[in-house]
Amino acid sequence: MKLDAGTPSGPLETRWMRHREEMKLVNPANKRKFRVLVVGSGLGGGSAAASLAGLGYHVGCFCLQDSPRRAHSIAAQGGINAAKNYPNDGDSIWRLFYDTIKGGDYRSRESNVYRLAEVSNEIIDQCIAQGVPFAREYGGLLANRSFGGAQVSRTFYARGQTGQQLLLGAYSALSRQIHLGAVSMHPRTEMLDLVVKDGRAVGIVTRNVVTGELESWAGDAVVLATGGYGNIYYLSTNAKASNMSACFRAWKRGAGMANPCFVQIHPTCIPMSGEYQSKLTLMSESLRNDGRVWVPKKAGDTRAPGDIPEDERDYYLERRYPSFGNLVPRDVASRAAKMVCDEGRGVGKTGLGVYLDFAEAIERLGEGAVRERYGNLFHMYEEITDEDPYKVPMRIYPAIHYTMGGLWVDYNLMSTIPGLHVIGEANFSDHGANRLGASALMQGLADGYFVLPYTMGHWLATAGPSGIATDDPAFAAVRREVDARIERLVAADGTRSADSLHRELGKLMWNACGMSRTAEGLKDALAKLPGMREEFWKTLKVPGSGEEFNLNLEQAGRVADYYDFAEVMFRDALAREESSGGHFRDEFQTPEGEALRDDENFSHVSVWEYVGADKAPTMHKEELSFEFVTPTTRSYK
Amino acid sequence: MNITLKIWRQKSAGAKGRFETYSLSDVLEEMSFLEMLDVLNEQLLREGKDPVMFDNDCREGICGTCSLVINGEPHGPERAATVCQLYMRKFENGDTITIEPWRAGAFPVLRDLAVDRGALDRIIQSGGYVSVKTGGTPDANSIPVAKPDAELAMDAASCIGCGACVAACKNASAMLFVAAKVGQLAHLPQGQPERLPRARAMVAAMDVEGFGACSNTYDCEAACPKEISVSFIQELHRDFRKGLLAGR
Repeated sequence: MKLDAGTPSGPLETRWMRHREEMKLVNPANKRKFRVLVVGSGLGGGSAAASLAGLGYHVGCFCLQDSPRRAHSIAAQGGINAAKNYPNDGDSIWRLFYDTIKGGDYRSRESNVYRLAEVSNEIIDQCIAQGVPFAREYGGLLANRSFGGAQVSRTFYARGQTGQQLLLGAYSALSRQIHLGAVSMHPRTEMLDLVVKDGRAVGIVTRNVVTGELESWAGDAVVLATGGYGNIYYLSTNAKASNMSACFRAWKRGAGMANPCFVQIHPTCIPMSGEYQSKLTLMSESLRNDGRVWVPKKAGDTRAPGDIPEDERDYYLERRYPSFGNLVPRDVASRAAKMVCDEGRGVGKTGLGVYLDFAEAIERLGEGAVRERYGNLFHMYEEITDEDPYKVPMRIYPAIHYTMGGLWVDYNLMSTIPGLHVIGEANFSDHGANRLGASALMQGLADGYFVLPYTMGHWLATAGPSGIATDDPAFAAVRREVDARIERLVAADGTRSADSLHRELGKLMWNACGMSRTAEGLKDALAKLPGMREEFWKTLKVPGSGEEFNLNLEQAGRVADYYDFAEVMFRDALAREESSGGHFRDEFQTPEGEALRDDENFSHVSVWEYVGADKAPTMHKEELSFEFVTPTTRSYK
Repeated sequence: MNITLKIWRQKSAGAKGRFETYSLSDVLEEMSFLEMLDVLNEQLLREGKDPVMFDNDCREGICGTCSLVINGEPHGPERAATVCQLYMRKFENGDTITIEPWRAGAFPVLRDLAVDRGALDRIIQSGGYVSVKTGGTPDANSIPVAKPDAELAMDAASCIGCGACVAACKNASAMLFVAAKVGQLAHLPQGQPERLPRARAMVAAMDVEGFGACSNTYDCEAACPKEISVSFIQELHRDFRKGLLAGR
């Protein structure tokens, strides 16, 4: 597997500009001769499909949900970063770049991250032009707030619904292109495989989930914007249908998988309450702007929070990290919460929780102001827990939230399969080992609005039309494999649902490859996996057929892929003998319990290649070089 | 607790539907309503029966996918919440709960409790946007918006497109849905150039899709999980009439 990132050289500030000038263009009359298939309609896919169609390409857009407006980007709450420096507090493109690369624990590419920071401002302009109702000051200008991992206020927001409003902006642009006939939209359609001919991605095979009909689609380029793989843990903050099968299929067809062990565990989620639980709910990180995190000083203290006097409380983030306090990055906050719970100081019925207390904020700002900032989040919390956070501190605990790992892409967002592009959370590109808050929305829209529209033109101008139609034998061969997989799943006549088996796999993932990992635990998990996979196929039951609306069949296919992908994650976590960002190996920590990176041996991207069934995947390395920043120990103290 | 469920079962769009009754024991009050249905589906699978199909995704009240009528109320008895935010603590031991899909001619049933809401997407496609392409836009702060207008636009924009307003309406009208999108853009300077034609195009699209007319009973507002105000409907009427008179 050849890993040529194709990053430009020269001064960091001009790399993207010069790269854009050097890339080839497709003239307007020729654009309509090309067809691009975009899989996914979230912030990445929706913005890419709308932008590419606006340029004149024929675009087919596919989404699993019943409408492109329901992609999981919609659930993002807190905000989107940009280096506008509107508050005049010292922000700049350089600072956003620096915070992001440091926040990622120096495991991402300088060129990519700088470009991300650079286009961040254009994203805000674009969204405003679309009518996205961002929060404003009384003078009518845009409001900003602060977020974890930064000392400036650079986050734009729309109440606690920023993801929703940005997605509706992209969806409206997409809807307009559908109206104009430039995009053909295919909702309730799941991509089941990628078609590769002579080393080039030439199309996809999909299943209409309502009718079960399989269809083939040919394109001159394929874009995967299918999100992350957090649901492999079963319990996560992801939507139920979020899955990684499209990326996994692409991996099996030759796309490299980068840093699969880099998973983000979000510190502020509502703690788990029982075995029936189907998902975990995130409480936006923006709450840490005004909420104070604490646990009792004494282990086993079961008093109600209001009965614990101030001097018997441990505001452990403020104590350990005085300069960032409650706004330390997510990985740091999550580990700190785990540490106090491991000490027996956790709160709530399960002991797996810490307080997020707004009493001080309510006193300082008044309940009205707190309600205006966080009203919908407080409401959501009360619905779920039956507790009123205006009166009792919230209880929170870390949960799987985002995956920094994903398909490897070069500077042009193209995977190791020529023609196959990957954007948004589905790729690995910009967040290194840990993503900062309010940066996922930024990256999804950066890729879709302002990077891919340029790099796609270069690919199409360079490669030309694929010339492969759906009657090509390459499509028939893939269709046969897809058919065989569905037949195998439908034939499963055991006793258990895919969902219940998935729950067990999720526990193994969380224990072995969650907030902390050890070589022993990972080896043990690797040893258990084949037996669990066998058990899955032996006990799985899929009711109904493949020719109908069959949710159990959809789930079974995704879970089957997770068993195989789990192995890649374990191997990656095992091979990375250091702690960085979200990847914390117990063996590698400082005496204070902070992550201990090993830049000498692990300043690289680990890229896994599929080499055949029943064979261990092979690892390749893309070395990271730092010309402009010096990797230092990440300190938020 | 023990509950009895009467659930609408329909194999496919063309098939005839009917209610089926199921009993479920050991339901915990901390369970969400959808988790209770997950438990039912596990039970049905073990009994060799077809699980109940229902749409859901984010399970935190924002994606707008879940769509159940519970005891006659879209999204159930909880105010300002979607079904996925409804918890079993709202019910009591021994309750019988009736669950139906959204009922509207424009929302054909696909299977059991899942319906096709593509009509709402097509209404947006007819004009629910500001016609800008990607790039070449002015600096964001060059378009100031008075805070009260921004707040009103945001109130309207919080529509999640679930369709509860349609399911609640005796005329199956999508007026609140249309009014929310028109209202969002009508309160922003960016929406002004296309304001009148947008209102007319979206109302026309709503009629084409077979949604009914509005007769001002406001069941839509009561059912809306995001509490979108019917005052946006009055504003829509005004814009629609202005557009008609202006011939735009």
